[in-house]
Amino acid sequence: MMKCWRGREKEAIVSTSSSSSVHCSFHTETVVERESREGVKMSAPMPFWRAAGMTYVTYSNICANLVRNCLKEPHKSEAISREKVHFALSTWKDGKAEKPVIRSDMPED
Amino acid sequence: MFRQAAKLLHRPILTPSAMRASSRPFSADLPAEQTADAAFVEAWKKLVPNIDPPKTPLSFMLPRPATPSSIPSKLTVNFVLPYASELSQKEVDMVIVPATTGQLGVLPGHVPTIAELKPGLMLVHDGNDVTKYFVSSGFAFIHANSYADIIAVEAVPIDRIDASLVQKGLAEFTQKLNSASTDLEKAEAQIGVDVHSALNFALTG
Repeated sequence: MMKCWRGREKEAIVSTSSSSSVHCSFHTETVVERESREGVKMSAPMPFWRAAGMTYVTYSNICANLVRNCLKEPHKSEAISREKVHFALSTWKDGKAEKPVIRSDMPED
Repeated sequence: MFRQAAKLLHRPILTPSAMRASSRPFSADLPAEQTADAAFVEAWKKLVPNIDPPKTPLSFMLPRPATPSSIPSKLTVNFVLPYASELSQKEVDMVIVPATTGQLGVLPGHVPTIAELKPGLMLVHDGNDVTKYFVSSGFAFIHANSYADIIAVEAVPIDRIDASLVQKGLAEFTQKLNSASTDLEKAEAQIGVDVHSALNFALTG
């Protein structure tokens, strides 16, 4: 089941006396006790990538990139070209725009 | 005694539909909401009888499809990717999705479920045909009226997967996992191992 954790909750990784590990064939998930703002304790198994500081979006994008890299040829180049990004990032300082920074997958000229 | 009075006076006045919506916001079995606010329309007609009342966002929303009283014979699947809609309102017999809690077989009349998907094989059974897709990750929403919405970031039919690249990737990430030092590197290597072994299993199993 999907669980959603809000940033407002304070997370306290409790010592071994009150946390337990669940072992499965690939990796361990630690049960972490979290204290919400009202002081009510909630606990749920935390996936290994979240325990390492990664968000779900990052995890999902990594999985998608790995799958794309394993495709057969015409589909692989289509998929990679579909996912290319090219954008200009403009920062503003003291009310004036600075030189925009271009970020892209294509080699810069 | 009247310390809370200001807060109580400013509390929003809830209409019956809003009360239902706020007390059980994620419930899948509530009856469909009315699509326009009747009180507003009446007041408008009294003041401005010539012009049609403006449409509010609520009236553009399609009502939630009603839960049929008997279990339908087919499951309607919407399988979407960010760039394409793989299956759109397709009537099938069964769908097996790779949820994090295990393979989830969905038949018509399945209990409403939200499942997070892990990298794995998704099977769509329609009569005697079985179509296999490898899903990278995503979510599956199964509704009370036998509609299944499966959303994935990347999903490919398994005949587009190159077995040699899978083996190479598996070896590379197993090696990275052994040599990883920081938590983040270990997590990334573990993800690589998981995805490639799932790909391997999908091709061979």
